[in-house]
Parts: sequence; C-alpha cells; structure tokens
Amino acid sequence: MATANRKPLYLDFEKPLVDLQERIERIRRLAEENGVDVSDQIQQLEERSHQLRQEVYGGLSAVQRLQVARHPRRPSTLDYINAMTDDWLELHGDRRGGDDPAIVGGVASLDGMPVVILGHQKGRDTKDNVARNFGMATPGGYRKAMRLMEHADRFGMPIITFIDTPGAWAGVDAERLGQGEAIAYNLREMFRLNVPILCTIIGEGGSGGALGIGVGDWLMMFEHSVYTVASPEACASILWRDAGKAAQAAEALKITARDLKDLGILDEILVEPLGGAHSNPLATAETLKQGIVRALEQLLSLSPQARRDRRYQKFRKIGQFTEGPIESLATSAS
Amino acid sequence: MSLFDWFANRRKSDPAGHSGQEREIADGLWTKCEACGVLAYTKDLQANQMVCLDCGHHMRVYSDERIQQLIDPGTWVALDRDVRPVDPLGFFDRKSYSDRIVEAQSKSGLIDAVQTGLGDLEGQPIALGVMDFRFMGGSMGSVVGEKLTRAIERATAERRAMVIVCASGGARMQEGMLSLMQMAKISGALEQHREAGCLYIPVLTHPTTGGVTASFAMLGDIIIAEPKALIGFAGRRVIEQTLREKLPDNFQTAEYLQQNGFVDAIVPRTQLKSTLARLVRLHHASRRAVATAPTNGARLRDEVMLDGQRDGLHVERSIAPGSIAAQP
Repeated sequence: MATANRKPLYLDFEKPLVDLQERIERIRRLAEENGVDVSDQIQQLEERSHQLRQEVYGGLSAVQRLQVARHPRRPSTLDYINAMTDDWLELHGDRRGGDDPAIVGGVASLDGMPVVILGHQKGRDTKDNVARNFGMATPGGYRKAMRLMEHADRFGMPIITFIDTPGAWAGVDAERLGQGEAIAYNLREMFRLNVPILCTIIGEGGSGGALGIGVGDWLMMFEHSVYTVASPEACASILWRDAGKAAQAAEALKITARDLKDLGILDEILVEPLGGAHSNPLATAETLKQGIVRALEQLLSLSPQARRDRRYQKFRKIGQFTEGPIESLATSAS
Repeated sequence: MSLFDWFANRRKSDPAGHSGQEREIADGLWTKCEACGVLAYTKDLQANQMVCLDCGHHMRVYSDERIQQLIDPGTWVALDRDVRPVDPLGFFDRKSYSDRIVEAQSKSGLIDAVQTGLGDLEGQPIALGVMDFRFMGGSMGSVVGEKLTRAIERATAERRAMVIVCASGGARMQEGMLSLMQMAKISGALEQHREAGCLYIPVLTHPTTGGVTASFAMLGDIIIAEPKALIGFAGRRVIEQTLREKLPDNFQTAEYLQQNGFVDAIVPRTQLKSTLARLVRLHHASRRAVATAPTNGARLRDEVMLDGQRDGLHVERSIAPGSIAAQP
C-alpha cells in the first residue's frame, strides 16, 4: 500500500500492472459518481489484470527475481514469525558483548511445537534498515545465532532459520572481530547439532552471510528468492570489470530457485502468490508454515544420528567434476 | 660496488623492468626480491624456501615446492589426481569458463587449484592439502572442495593429523552456488575429523581470503600463518568503498589477525616443517598418555589400538581385537 509520502513501491516491470489497476480504480470512481453500472467492464479489466500479472510474474528473469527478492515490502523474518507462531519470545544477545539487530531469534511455538526460530532481519523502513544494517550481520550476529542454536539443541527444539541478507557485513570491525571465523564456526557446528535444522531462503541469500545460518537438513526457497555465491553486482565488476553487467551476471550465476533445484542444492521450492510474496504476505506465511510443518514431520521421524548422517551426505554430494584420465574425458565429451 | 648492487641497479634502470607479485626470474639464475629488490642466486633462495636472504620477505611458492618443503622425501602419496573440473553452469563472462580452465591448466601444469595426499612429516603420518594460487587465484570450486573433503575423510579414517596450506582468493564464481556449498562440505568433513579426536592445522599463506577464510582456514585446532600474509574475509577495496575510511596499515595481515586473537603463531617458512612436526608430535603424545590411562569409550580404545599398531607399542590385552574402526 503506497501512501503519498512514500515513493512508489513497485518495480519497473510491474508498471503496466500498476497502471491498469489505477485505471480500474478511476473507472470505478467515475461510475459511482455518475451512478452508472460498469461492473461488466470492470470485471473484464480485472481479468485482464490477472492475466497480465500471470504473464509478468510467469516469466521473470534472474535479475527481475533479484528485484522481487529485494522488494522493500517483501515479508521479513519477524513478519513470518508473527504470522505463523502461536507463541513467540524474542531472545537477545550473543553473550560476548553485543546484540546484533541484523539477526533476530527466539523461542516459539509452532502449532503447539516448541521451536527456535532465527533469521536475518532487514528493516521495514529506512530508519529501521539503518538500525539493522540492511540485514548484514556482524560476527556477533553469527555468534548470537549459534548461541540460540546451541540453546535449541540443549532443549531438543527444532531449529528454523530464515535467510534474507545481501551478505555478511564487510567492515573494519567485522574483520577485527573475525567475520570469517564466526561464519566458519557456524558451518562446522551446524553439522554437529542433534536437532532438526530447517533453512528457508525467504528473500536474498547473499553468499557466506547466508550460508552462516544455512547448513541444515532441509533447504527451502521461495520461488522468487535468490541465492548467490557473490552478489551479481560484485561478480559483474570483478569478472566483467563493469558493474553495469549485473543483469548478465545474475543470469550466468544461476541464482534462482529453479536453477538451484536442478543443481541439487535446494530441496524444495515454495510457491508464492501471484505478484510475489509482498502482494499477499499472509498467504505466503501460510505456505511457509505448511512447508515447515511438513518437513519437520519427516525429520522428526529420524534418529538424531540418522539425521546428522543424512545432513552430512546431503552436502557431501554437492559439486560437479569428472574423474579419470584425460583419454576417457575426451571420449565422454565427444 | 658489489655484484649484487650492480645487478640491482641494472634492474632498477631497466625501463622494461616491472615489479609485481610474481617473482621475477632473471635468466633463471638470479631472482630479485619483490620487497627489497636485492638479487639472490636462485639456488640459494630455493635452499632457503624462497624466503629473501636479505630482508626475510616470503616470496610465493607453489604446491609442488610446498609439498617438497614439508613432506619427508620418498613418502608422498598423491590422492585423487584425476579429479577434474567441469563447467557445470556453462559460465561465460568475457571468456568461457571452459577456456579459462584449459588456459589455467596449460599455464600451471595443474589440474585444479589444490593438491592433496598422504605423507610423513618428520616420520609422523599426516594428510596434507596444498592450495595453489597459480590456478585461477587458488579459487575454490567443486574440485577443490571434493579433493579436500576426501583428504579429510581419509585423515579421519586413519586418525591422521590434517594440514591444509591455504592460498586462495575465495570461492570460484564461475561455478556459482556449487562453489559456495564447498565451504559447508569441507566444514562438515572437518567436524567429523574433530569428533574423531584428530588434530587439524591450517597454514594461512598469502593470500587467504573470502570463502576460504570463512570456512576451513579458520577452523583449525591451531592456526598458523606466514609472516605478513594477507588474511581476511572481505576485500580491502570493498571495505574502503563502503566505509570511506582509512584502514589501519597492518589491516588484514597475519600480524593483525594474531593481535586480534585469530592466529596462534606466525611462523617463518624456514621453521614451518619443524613447528608442524613438533605440534603433531605433542598432540599424539598427549593422546598416548590418555590412552595408557584406564580407558572407557570406544573412541579411546580405537586410538590405543591405532597408536599401538603404528608405534609398535604393547597393546593392552583387555581390548578386543576387531574393535578397530578403520584400517589404513
């Protein structure tokens, strides 16, 4: 809902949709003022609008999906938590001298089941975004996440993580406090935890900053979310030596849910409402909740050891290479 | 004027002479230090493991030399030499990734950016991985991930200490998310190695950055770095751009990381082998000490058996044969 004091919150490719919607509103207003019945025309236009939405959202390019994933109105970790839990208490602090607001987490009840939920938190407006550093976590943020995960493990509560970050914070303090170590530690320790771990890319999965809370038994991703090894902008400026080639880089890097499913990285794609998650946050939250409950049911039927073995094998398999002397390579390539 | 100075001056006045990261070989016989400019007889420099005899600057060494420097002669067994890179995304920037692979292979003589294997370090069996910066900046793709994971798994099965010499710009973008996932894969293998009670020591050399720093480089039980090596998560330029602030002079050096608590010891290359050997010996000795005490639990029992076998120690009778988890 764009209000007058805010800049319009639609993306370039959504413009025809917005225009059409405005036209419908105008006709409706005129008809009311003049007491004319235009319900037939309106219905026609609504159908056209729906069709157009399908066309636009059916064929999004990688860079358009990136825009949807970064949409300022896209539901955030706290939005989903509020929508899907029947009890929730946010917990604060890394117990090492800080409380990074770019990562939130706490204890919750999901359909009566105690869980720990944590995730990156982008801001809801500019001020909030500055406070939360646009969801870019510091080393303290990753240590806070690990502290919450340890808590979950101790009390046998499944861990649910929501990933939505441009990347881990790149700053002098982050380096001084060991950004690399903080992420690395989480990668290793998440393999050790006995409780089920469920990770969902709800928006932007930015590189190591995403992976730092992204090692789990089951990885889900919304259909317009993206997951990247490096941001397309950074990749373009390094490989193309031209930051303007970001759209090309986004395409080449294979960052969409479909791509990642094909590469064997992603387990499940969650469907978004027509028009993206921001067009109907509550319905999206319901999809997410159902996905989580479904996956948890499966994971809870395994023993902790079986779950950990499975988790290890899941990542163990990822990667593509050939093996064998050069001769056999030449024949397989021909 | 000494002969050295004469050469140094001649190089300085040479308009075509260029300084850079790559070490310069003048006719192959002489090598100029890129830090102090002093020329040294290449054979002397090699004997000193490419550490400048004058200023102590550590010049870049590649994987073959590194293996030679660390592993006892005649004990090196290379692992998985036939694991080769492919182009899973059909990636094309200004050049296709397939072409880049072929180019890097013919230029470096390597198959990808890491060599792995088993060997002895002053008589103690270890598993070793050595990254090679020549191959696409030591970047980590599927092959690096797979070879390191296999080497770590082998080390776990044989209860060997693991050493990884890091030199990398980070994840290999041309393999997209497959590269990022190697960080998790290797970390998972290290978790099992750790759980088995084995020692892991990464050696951070110039440069160790990005996804390598954010995974196995920082997961050592003990972390060693070479003097003045660049070690960091984010690139210096990125940080300068986002913050527009002046960075400390020693920012992201081995010394800076040690000051901030992320590196145990900065070890000159000439002492690297003996230091690693001391550490491996100490930790194995501690395991033996524990093992001779009354044992409980399968893990300790396995260690007694393995250590006993390896060192020819007498193994307590109370331990049933056949309880060994893994045979080398």
